[in-house]
Amino acid sequence: MKTCLVVDDSRVIRKVSRRILEDLGFEVAEAADGVEAMAWCTAVMPDLILLDWQMPVMDGLQFLKRLRAEPGGGGPKVVFCTVENELDRIREALDAGADEYIMKPFDGSIVAGKLDYLGLCA
Amino acid sequence: MIDPIDREYLSALCLTRAGLRLDADKSYLIESRLGPVARREGFATPETFIEVLRQGGDERLSWAAVEAMVLPETEFFRDRGVFPYLAAEVLPALVRARGDQPVRVWNTACGTGQEIYSLAMLLADTAGLAGRIELYASDLSERSLEKAQAGIYSQFEVQRGLPARMLVRHFEKRGEAFQLSPRIRQMVRWRRVNLMDDLSPFGQFDLVLCRNLLVQLAPEALGRVHGQLKGALAPGGRMVLGLKDPTGDFAAVAPETGVFAHAA
Repeated sequence: MKTCLVVDDSRVIRKVSRRILEDLGFEVAEAADGVEAMAWCTAVMPDLILLDWQMPVMDGLQFLKRLRAEPGGGGPKVVFCTVENELDRIREALDAGADEYIMKPFDGSIVAGKLDYLGLCA
Repeated sequence: MIDPIDREYLSALCLTRAGLRLDADKSYLIESRLGPVARREGFATPETFIEVLRQGGDERLSWAAVEAMVLPETEFFRDRGVFPYLAAEVLPALVRARGDQPVRVWNTACGTGQEIYSLAMLLADTAGLAGRIELYASDLSERSLEKAQAGIYSQFEVQRGLPARMLVRHFEKRGEAFQLSPRIRQMVRWRRVNLMDDLSPFGQFDLVLCRNLLVQLAPEALGRVHGQLKGALAPGGRMVLGLKDPTGDFAAVAPETGVFAHAA
Protein backbone atom coordinates (compact mmCIF):
# COMPACT_ATOMS: atom_id res chain seq x y z
CA MET A 1 0.00 0.00 0.00
CA LYS A 2 1.34 3.46 -0.91
CA THR A 3 1.85 5.89 1.94
CA CYS A 4 1.00 9.57 2.16
CA LEU A 5 1.97 12.16 4.75
CA VAL A 6 -0.56 14.97 5.04
CA VAL A 7 1.10 18.11 6.39
CA ASP A 8 -1.33 20.84 7.39
CA ASP A 9 -1.91 22.87 10.56
CA SER A 10 -5.69 22.59 10.11
CA ARG A 11 -7.15 19.49 11.70
CA VAL A 12 -10.19 19.78 9.44
CA ILE A 13 -8.09 19.83 6.27
CA ARG A 14 -6.07 16.86 7.53
CA LYS A 15 -9.29 14.95 8.17
CA VAL A 16 -10.75 15.77 4.73
CA SER A 17 -7.45 14.92 3.02
CA ARG A 18 -7.17 11.66 4.93
CA ARG A 19 -10.62 10.58 3.77
CA ILE A 20 -9.86 11.41 0.13
CA LEU A 21 -6.47 9.70 0.18
CA GLU A 22 -7.72 6.60 1.98
CA ASP A 23 -10.45 6.31 -0.66
CA LEU A 24 -7.65 6.42 -3.25
CA GLY A 25 -5.92 3.52 -1.52
CA PHE A 26 -3.24 5.32 0.51
CA GLU A 27 -2.13 4.64 4.05
CA VAL A 28 -2.17 8.10 5.62
CA ALA A 29 -0.09 9.74 8.35
CA GLU A 30 -0.49 13.31 9.56
CA ALA A 31 1.78 16.16 10.64
CA ALA A 32 0.76 19.64 11.78
CA ASP A 33 3.87 21.54 10.62
CA GLY A 34 7.19 21.19 8.82
CA VAL A 35 9.14 20.09 11.90
CA GLU A 36 6.72 17.23 12.61
CA ALA A 37 6.82 16.33 8.94
CA MET A 38 10.64 16.21 8.91
CA ALA A 39 10.54 13.87 11.89
CA TRP A 40 8.23 11.53 9.99
CA CYS A 41 10.37 11.64 6.86
CA THR A 42 13.59 11.06 8.76
CA ALA A 43 12.05 7.87 10.15
CA VAL A 44 10.52 6.68 6.87
CA MET A 45 10.02 8.43 3.55
CA PRO A 46 6.41 8.29 2.33
CA ASP A 47 5.50 7.87 -1.34
CA LEU A 48 3.53 11.11 -1.36
CA ILE A 49 3.43 14.29 0.71
CA LEU A 50 0.40 16.58 0.57
CA LEU A 51 1.83 19.84 1.84
CA ASP A 52 0.29 23.07 3.11
CA TRP A 53 2.30 26.26 2.69
CA GLN A 54 1.51 28.55 5.64
CA MET A 55 2.16 26.68 8.88
CA PRO A 56 3.73 27.59 12.22
CA VAL A 57 7.24 26.50 13.22
CA MET A 58 8.39 25.51 9.70
CA ASP A 59 6.32 26.40 6.63
CA GLY A 60 5.77 24.19 3.61
CA LEU A 61 8.40 25.77 1.38
CA GLN A 62 11.09 25.58 4.08
CA PHE A 63 10.14 21.95 4.68
CA LEU A 64 10.31 21.11 0.99
CA LYS A 65 13.78 22.61 0.60
CA ARG A 66 14.99 20.72 3.67
CA LEU A 67 13.38 17.49 2.45
CA ARG A 68 14.96 17.65 -1.00
CA ALA A 69 18.40 18.15 0.61
CA GLU A 70 18.01 15.03 2.79
CA PRO A 71 19.33 11.61 1.71
CA GLY A 72 16.38 9.96 -0.04
CA GLY A 73 14.47 13.23 0.09
CA GLY A 74 14.08 13.29 -3.65
CA GLY A 75 11.93 10.17 -3.49
CA PRO A 76 8.52 11.33 -2.31
CA LYS A 77 6.21 13.08 -4.73
CA VAL A 78 5.29 16.39 -3.14
CA VAL A 79 1.98 18.07 -3.93
CA PHE A 80 1.42 21.50 -2.42
CA CYS A 81 -2.13 21.99 -1.19
CA THR A 82 -2.56 25.59 -0.16
CA VAL A 83 -4.61 28.78 -0.39
CA GLU A 84 -1.68 30.44 -2.16
CA ASN A 85 -3.00 30.89 -5.70
CA GLU A 86 -0.69 33.41 -7.35
CA LEU A 87 1.26 32.09 -10.32
CA ASP A 88 4.55 33.37 -8.87
CA ARG A 89 3.96 31.31 -5.73
CA ILE A 90 3.17 28.20 -7.79
CA ARG A 91 6.34 28.75 -9.82
CA GLU A 92 8.33 29.17 -6.60
CA ALA A 93 6.98 25.87 -5.26
CA LEU A 94 7.75 23.99 -8.48
CA ASP A 95 11.25 25.47 -8.63
CA ALA A 96 11.83 24.30 -5.05
CA GLY A 97 11.02 20.72 -6.04
CA ALA A 98 7.24 20.35 -5.77
CA ASP A 99 5.82 17.87 -8.27
CA GLU A 100 2.29 19.27 -8.41
CA TYR A 101 0.19 22.00 -6.90
CA ILE A 102 -3.38 22.16 -5.61
CA MET A 103 -5.10 25.43 -4.75
CA LYS A 104 -7.64 25.31 -1.93
CA PRO A 105 -10.55 24.80 -1.88
CA PHE A 106 -10.15 21.36 -3.41
CA ASP A 107 -12.10 18.13 -3.68
CA GLY A 108 -11.44 14.46 -4.29
CA SER A 109 -11.60 14.75 -8.08
CA ILE A 110 -8.83 17.34 -8.12
CA VAL A 111 -6.61 15.25 -5.84
CA ALA A 112 -7.30 12.11 -7.90
CA GLY A 113 -6.47 13.93 -11.14
CA LYS A 114 -3.19 15.25 -9.83
CA LEU A 115 -2.16 11.86 -8.47
CA ASP A 116 -3.16 10.19 -11.72
CA TYR A 117 -0.91 12.63 -13.58
CA LEU A 118 1.94 11.75 -11.21
CA GLY A 119 1.34 8.04 -11.77
CA LEU A 120 0.26 7.47 -8.17
CA CYS A 121 -3.29 6.27 -8.78
CA ALA A 122 -4.24 2.74 -9.68
CA MET B 1 -40.65 16.62 -11.98
CA ILE B 2 -40.84 17.31 -15.70
CA ASP B 3 -44.15 16.31 -17.26
CA PRO B 4 -43.79 13.44 -19.79
CA ILE B 5 -45.37 15.61 -22.48
CA ASP B 6 -42.85 18.39 -21.84
CA ARG B 7 -40.06 15.83 -21.91
CA GLU B 8 -41.26 14.50 -25.24
CA TYR B 9 -41.41 18.01 -26.66
CA LEU B 10 -37.87 18.75 -25.52
CA SER B 11 -36.64 15.37 -26.81
CA ALA B 12 -38.08 16.12 -30.24
CA LEU B 13 -36.55 19.60 -30.22
CA CYS B 14 -33.10 18.25 -29.33
CA LEU B 15 -33.36 15.48 -31.90
CA THR B 16 -34.40 17.66 -34.82
CA ARG B 17 -32.01 20.51 -34.04
CA ALA B 18 -28.88 18.66 -32.97
CA GLY B 19 -29.49 14.92 -33.17
CA LEU B 20 -29.29 14.63 -29.40
CA ARG B 21 -30.84 11.73 -27.53
CA LEU B 22 -32.66 12.45 -24.27
CA ASP B 23 -33.17 9.21 -22.41
CA ALA B 24 -36.53 8.85 -20.70
CA ASP B 25 -34.83 7.46 -17.61
CA LYS B 26 -32.77 10.63 -17.26
CA SER B 27 -35.58 13.13 -16.85
CA TYR B 28 -33.81 14.50 -13.77
CA LEU B 29 -31.08 15.78 -16.09
CA ILE B 30 -33.64 17.94 -17.88
CA GLU B 31 -34.47 19.75 -14.66
CA SER B 32 -30.87 20.12 -13.54
CA ARG B 33 -29.63 21.39 -16.90
CA LEU B 34 -32.65 23.36 -18.06
CA GLY B 35 -33.33 25.01 -14.69
CA PRO B 36 -30.35 27.42 -14.76
CA VAL B 37 -31.08 28.38 -18.39
CA ALA B 38 -34.76 28.95 -17.59
CA ARG B 39 -33.81 31.21 -14.67
CA ARG B 40 -31.23 33.06 -16.79
CA GLU B 41 -33.94 33.75 -19.37
CA GLY B 42 -36.34 35.01 -16.73
CA PHE B 43 -38.57 31.96 -16.24
CA ALA B 44 -39.42 30.70 -12.77
CA THR B 45 -39.34 27.01 -13.69
CA PRO B 46 -38.26 24.72 -16.55
CA GLU B 47 -41.96 24.02 -17.15
CA THR B 48 -42.81 27.66 -17.87
CA PHE B 49 -39.76 27.87 -20.10
CA ILE B 50 -40.89 24.84 -22.12
CA GLU B 51 -44.39 26.30 -22.33
CA VAL B 52 -43.00 29.40 -24.05
CA LEU B 53 -40.83 27.25 -26.32
CA ARG B 54 -43.94 25.37 -27.41
CA GLN B 55 -45.51 28.59 -28.60
CA GLY B 56 -42.61 28.81 -31.06
CA GLY B 57 -41.12 31.77 -32.82
CA ASP B 58 -38.11 32.36 -30.59
CA GLU B 59 -35.15 30.67 -32.22
CA ARG B 60 -32.68 31.95 -29.64
CA LEU B 61 -34.63 30.42 -26.77
CA SER B 62 -35.04 27.13 -28.60
CA TRP B 63 -31.30 26.90 -29.18
CA ALA B 64 -30.62 27.87 -25.57
CA ALA B 65 -32.73 24.88 -24.50
CA VAL B 66 -30.99 22.50 -26.90
CA GLU B 67 -27.53 23.72 -25.91
CA ALA B 68 -28.39 23.21 -22.26
CA MET B 69 -29.02 19.54 -22.92
CA VAL B 70 -25.52 18.87 -24.28
CA LEU B 71 -23.38 17.23 -21.63
CA PRO B 72 -20.92 19.99 -20.74
CA GLU B 73 -18.35 17.71 -19.15
CA THR B 74 -14.84 18.55 -20.32
CA GLU B 75 -11.42 19.19 -18.89
CA PHE B 76 -7.85 19.86 -19.92
CA PHE B 77 -6.02 16.77 -21.24
CA ARG B 78 -9.10 14.63 -20.75
CA ASP B 79 -8.16 10.93 -20.89
CA ARG B 80 -4.53 11.37 -19.98
CA GLY B 81 -2.74 9.38 -22.69
CA VAL B 82 -4.55 10.89 -25.66
CA PHE B 83 -2.93 14.30 -26.07
CA PRO B 84 0.71 13.27 -25.54
CA TYR B 85 0.13 10.53 -28.15
CA LEU B 86 -1.28 13.06 -30.61
CA ALA B 87 1.67 15.42 -30.09
CA ALA B 88 4.36 12.75 -30.10
CA GLU B 89 3.12 10.39 -32.83
CA VAL B 90 0.07 11.45 -34.81
CA LEU B 91 0.82 15.10 -35.56
CA PRO B 92 4.52 14.64 -36.46
CA ALA B 93 3.49 11.88 -38.89
CA LEU B 94 0.81 14.09 -40.42
CA VAL B 95 3.29 16.98 -40.74
CA ARG B 96 5.73 14.71 -42.57
CA ALA B 97 2.99 13.41 -44.84
CA ARG B 98 1.70 16.87 -45.71
CA GLY B 99 5.14 18.22 -46.68
CA ASP B 100 4.90 21.98 -47.30
CA GLN B 101 1.16 22.12 -46.68
CA PRO B 102 -0.14 22.97 -43.20
CA VAL B 103 -1.81 20.21 -41.21
CA ARG B 104 -5.42 21.17 -40.53
CA VAL B 105 -6.89 20.13 -37.18
CA TRP B 106 -10.56 20.49 -36.31
CA ASN B 107 -11.96 20.05 -32.81
CA THR B 108 -15.68 19.61 -33.41
CA ALA B 109 -17.92 19.95 -30.33
CA CYS B 110 -15.11 21.80 -28.57
CA GLY B 111 -17.32 22.91 -25.68
CA THR B 112 -15.54 25.51 -23.58
CA GLY B 113 -12.22 24.92 -25.31
CA GLN B 114 -10.17 22.87 -22.88
CA GLU B 115 -9.34 20.12 -25.39
CA ILE B 116 -8.18 22.30 -28.28
CA TYR B 117 -6.19 24.45 -25.88
CA SER B 118 -4.59 21.30 -24.46
CA LEU B 119 -3.39 20.55 -27.97
CA ALA B 120 -2.33 24.17 -28.56
CA MET B 121 -0.22 24.17 -25.38
CA LEU B 122 1.45 20.90 -26.36
CA LEU B 123 2.20 22.24 -29.83
CA ALA B 124 3.63 25.45 -28.37
CA ASP B 125 5.91 23.33 -26.19
CA THR B 126 7.02 21.01 -29.01
CA ALA B 127 9.78 22.33 -31.25
CA GLY B 128 8.97 22.33 -34.94
CA LEU B 129 5.24 21.63 -34.71
CA ALA B 130 3.45 24.86 -33.85
CA GLY B 131 4.06 26.70 -37.13
CA ARG B 132 3.05 23.71 -39.24
CA ILE B 133 -0.42 23.14 -37.82
CA GLU B 134 -3.66 25.11 -38.11
CA LEU B 135 -6.15 24.66 -35.25
CA TYR B 136 -9.88 25.11 -35.79
CA ALA B 137 -12.56 24.60 -33.15
CA SER B 138 -16.34 24.65 -33.30
CA ASP B 139 -19.33 24.03 -31.12
CA LEU B 140 -23.09 24.17 -31.29
CA SER B 141 -23.26 26.52 -28.33
CA GLU B 142 -22.54 30.24 -28.75
CA ARG B 143 -22.13 30.55 -24.99
CA SER B 144 -19.53 27.80 -24.89
CA LEU B 145 -17.68 29.38 -27.81
CA GLU B 146 -17.66 32.77 -26.11
CA LYS B 147 -16.10 31.25 -23.02
CA ALA B 148 -13.64 29.25 -25.12
CA GLN B 149 -12.52 32.29 -27.07
CA ALA B 150 -12.00 34.32 -23.90
CA GLY B 151 -9.84 31.47 -22.57
CA ILE B 152 -10.73 32.35 -18.98
CA TYR B 153 -11.14 29.47 -16.55
CA SER B 154 -11.94 29.26 -12.88
CA GLN B 155 -9.49 27.99 -10.29
CA PHE B 156 -11.47 24.75 -10.19
CA GLU B 157 -11.32 24.31 -13.98
CA VAL B 158 -7.56 24.85 -14.25
CA GLN B 159 -7.01 22.18 -11.62
CA ARG B 160 -8.84 19.52 -13.60
CA GLY B 161 -6.31 17.76 -15.82
CA LEU B 162 -3.94 20.68 -16.29
CA PRO B 163 -0.41 20.11 -14.91
CA ALA B 164 0.79 22.97 -12.69
CA ARG B 165 3.82 23.53 -14.90
CA MET B 166 1.55 24.21 -17.87
CA LEU B 167 -0.56 26.54 -15.76
CA VAL B 168 2.41 28.74 -14.89
CA ARG B 169 3.82 28.56 -18.42
CA HIS B 170 0.68 29.39 -20.40
CA PHE B 171 -1.77 31.28 -18.15
CA GLU B 172 -2.04 34.73 -16.61
CA LYS B 173 -3.95 35.49 -13.42
CA ARG B 174 -7.17 37.49 -13.90
CA GLY B 175 -8.63 38.27 -10.49
CA GLU B 176 -9.52 34.87 -9.06
CA ALA B 177 -9.55 33.27 -12.52
CA PHE B 178 -6.85 32.31 -15.01
CA GLN B 179 -6.60 33.31 -18.67
CA LEU B 180 -4.64 31.58 -21.38
CA SER B 181 -1.88 33.72 -22.85
CA PRO B 182 -2.65 35.59 -26.09
CA ARG B 183 -0.06 33.39 -27.83
CA ILE B 184 -2.09 30.24 -27.13
CA ARG B 185 -5.51 31.82 -27.73
CA GLN B 186 -4.40 33.15 -31.10
CA MET B 187 -3.46 29.66 -32.26
CA VAL B 188 -7.15 28.66 -32.53
CA ARG B 189 -9.85 29.82 -34.97
CA TRP B 190 -13.44 29.45 -33.78
CA ARG B 191 -16.79 28.99 -35.46
CA ARG B 192 -20.32 27.92 -34.51
CA VAL B 193 -21.06 24.67 -36.33
CA ASN B 194 -23.93 22.21 -36.02
CA LEU B 195 -22.62 18.81 -37.08
CA MET B 196 -26.10 18.00 -38.44
CA ASP B 197 -25.63 20.72 -41.10
CA ASP B 198 -23.71 20.33 -44.35
CA LEU B 199 -20.01 20.43 -43.43
CA SER B 200 -18.59 20.39 -46.97
CA PRO B 201 -18.00 24.20 -47.10
CA PHE B 202 -15.35 23.80 -44.41
CA GLY B 203 -13.17 21.53 -46.55
CA GLN B 204 -11.22 18.58 -45.23
CA PHE B 205 -9.01 18.19 -42.19
CA ASP B 206 -6.02 15.98 -41.43
CA LEU B 207 -7.00 15.48 -37.80
CA VAL B 208 -10.59 15.66 -36.55
CA LEU B 209 -11.42 15.46 -32.86
CA CYS B 210 -15.00 14.62 -31.98
CA ARG B 211 -14.85 13.35 -28.44
CA ASN B 212 -17.76 12.38 -26.22
CA LEU B 213 -20.47 13.81 -28.46
CA LEU B 214 -21.39 10.76 -30.57
CA VAL B 215 -22.32 8.86 -27.41
CA GLN B 216 -25.00 11.50 -26.78
CA LEU B 217 -26.60 11.25 -30.23
CA ALA B 218 -29.82 9.52 -31.17
CA PRO B 219 -29.37 6.48 -33.43
CA GLU B 220 -31.06 8.25 -36.34
CA ALA B 221 -28.58 11.16 -36.07
CA LEU B 222 -25.51 9.07 -35.42
CA GLY B 223 -25.29 7.68 -38.95
CA ARG B 224 -25.56 11.16 -40.44
CA VAL B 225 -22.84 12.61 -38.18
CA HIS B 226 -20.55 9.63 -38.78
CA GLY B 227 -20.97 10.27 -42.51
CA GLN B 228 -20.31 13.97 -42.08
CA LEU B 229 -17.14 13.30 -40.10
CA LYS B 230 -15.93 10.84 -42.74
CA GLY B 231 -16.46 13.52 -45.35
CA ALA B 232 -14.53 16.07 -43.30
CA LEU B 233 -11.56 13.74 -42.75
CA ALA B 234 -8.90 14.01 -45.45
CA PRO B 235 -7.47 10.82 -46.97
CA GLY B 236 -4.72 9.57 -44.65
CA GLY B 237 -6.10 11.70 -41.82
CA ARG B 238 -6.84 10.65 -38.27
CA MET B 239 -10.12 10.76 -36.38
CA VAL B 240 -10.08 11.08 -32.59
CA LEU B 241 -13.18 9.85 -30.77
CA GLY B 242 -14.07 9.68 -27.09
CA LEU B 243 -13.33 6.34 -25.47
CA LYS B 244 -17.07 5.59 -25.13
CA ASP B 245 -18.13 6.94 -28.53
CA PRO B 246 -19.57 4.56 -31.15
CA THR B 247 -16.85 4.21 -33.77
CA GLY B 248 -18.98 3.46 -36.84
CA ASP B 249 -16.85 2.01 -39.62
CA PHE B 250 -13.74 4.01 -38.83
CA ALA B 251 -10.70 1.75 -38.67
CA ALA B 252 -8.83 1.47 -35.38
CA VAL B 253 -5.30 2.92 -35.31
CA ALA B 254 -4.78 3.24 -31.56
CA PRO B 255 -8.20 2.59 -30.05
CA GLU B 256 -6.92 2.93 -26.47
CA THR B 257 -6.40 6.62 -27.25
CA GLY B 258 -9.48 6.90 -29.45
CA VAL B 259 -7.46 7.36 -32.67
CA PHE B 260 -9.06 6.02 -35.85
CA ALA B 261 -8.68 6.38 -39.61
CA HIS B 262 -10.76 5.89 -42.74
CA ALA B 263 -11.62 2.25 -43.33
CA ALA B 264 -9.38 0.73 -46.00
